[in-house]
Amino acid sequence: MAAFPADYRYTKEHEWIKVDGNQATIGITDYAQNSLGDIVFVELPKVGDELTAGKTFGSVESVKAVSDLYAPASGKVVAINDALSTAPEKINSDAHGSWMLRIQLKDAGEVNKLLSADDYDKFVKEEGGH
Amino acid sequence: MSPTAEVNAGLRKTALNAVHRKMGAKMVDFGGWDMPVEYSGLIAEHLSVRTAVGVFDVSHMGDILIRGPQALDAVQHISMNDASKLQQGQAHYSALLYPQGTFVDDVIVHKLGENDYLLVINAGTREKDVNWVRQNVRGFRCHADDLSDYYTQLAIQGPKAVDVLRKLTNVDLSPVKNYWFTYGTVCGLPNTMIARTGYTGEDGFEIYIPSDEPTSDRVWYEVIGAGREFGILPCGLGARNTLRLESKMALYGHEISDTINVWEADLGRYCKMEKGNFIGREALEKAKAEGLKRILVGLEMIERGIGRDGYKVFSESGEQIGEITSGSPAPFLKKNIALAYVPPQYSQIGTVVLVEVRSQKVKAQVVPTPFYKRPKKEK
Repeated sequence: MAAFPADYRYTKEHEWIKVDGNQATIGITDYAQNSLGDIVFVELPKVGDELTAGKTFGSVESVKAVSDLYAPASGKVVAINDALSTAPEKINSDAHGSWMLRIQLKDAGEVNKLLSADDYDKFVKEEGGH
Repeated sequence: MSPTAEVNAGLRKTALNAVHRKMGAKMVDFGGWDMPVEYSGLIAEHLSVRTAVGVFDVSHMGDILIRGPQALDAVQHISMNDASKLQQGQAHYSALLYPQGTFVDDVIVHKLGENDYLLVINAGTREKDVNWVRQNVRGFRCHADDLSDYYTQLAIQGPKAVDVLRKLTNVDLSPVKNYWFTYGTVCGLPNTMIARTGYTGEDGFEIYIPSDEPTSDRVWYEVIGAGREFGILPCGLGARNTLRLESKMALYGHEISDTINVWEADLGRYCKMEKGNFIGREALEKAKAEGLKRILVGLEMIERGIGRDGYKVFSESGEQIGEITSGSPAPFLKKNIALAYVPPQYSQIGTVVLVEVRSQKVKAQVVPTPFYKRPKKEK
């Protein structure tokens, strides 16, 4: 499994967030894509929509399952990664490089409450039992 | 994201469990069994079976031997197809029914000999089936033995399955037609049962070998070795499910159950009312006369969205009319397909219905089934 980048933060629902100034990109972790299997569909909000930390903002579907996506932080959507609508399998091959959307952060402090790469790594090892 | 955590405590295991884990399979609880759901990826595995060959460990399936001078009478009594039509070495699809005409389970009945019939049953219903069969064959001079734990059952499926198996056996496979079986040496194991059966809608074979671990491991790896030149992939239950769905094969607990009858499940062609009495016949007679309240149809999503198991189906006017029993993206057909129960007036091909996909109503239409039918060609 790909290592979790140290400069990202993580949720217990398996999203990652990468802060870049006042903005941040959001995706799902390699652990998440591996649990889901072949991803075939990603449903995302529109540019201009507001995300609220901890609330669902879309869904990701593999052949066998559907999972909600939870916002790691609050903010307005400023960009969507359109490439994922035609090639969602990119998330399987490069989960940490496949950002889903970019938001304008409402409160940068929210991100600091999220898991570090080390904490997330520990968390999934406990959850997955391996 | 909220994926389900792995659970593996207290589950039953096939002889190949350690091999699956060693090969990196993702394991799931399937009807109380710790089984591989996928190895390299569901889509790749699915496509390998449609275009080349895949191998599945299906040892969790159960096997009941009915033996005795009245074995045929017993089988006729407990199953809906006409086993008197079977020749030695032939098998057919059938079902065990409750007196209400609903399903105990679906089965493959193999005629091993004049006094011997082998019923291959589902994993999740093994104990229930065995008890039910034993109870209902009591009045006949025969006995029912549960042989489930004696066999490791491997399914080698796909257009190249015959080429793989040919390398591992001395048996001439060409006279073994679809739903026939024979015996021969496979991987050095004499008298191995080789059946041209499967649950994928593809040509293929199921072999029954001794269930000890060394033998099971050896044969598994020999099959994979022999299949390498044809692009064989080990396949999990994920691909098994999407393959059977594309081919509209029923899954117990989904398309068939103890509350669904034979006519509703659209399995009447395997139910031989004229063969004489059998458990469930009377109720089916009555149900037929009364007319169907619902029937199984194939749906294809025509708007963006994936209909899945349990999703509700509505008419275009917004009335709830039924529910999806199995729904998934179809990896080979590259469409989102589903099976659903709807009232007969909505069962016509082309009828547009709405599927409630996570609080949104998404258009789907009734399409002919099976969704996938393999090109007719056997070697």
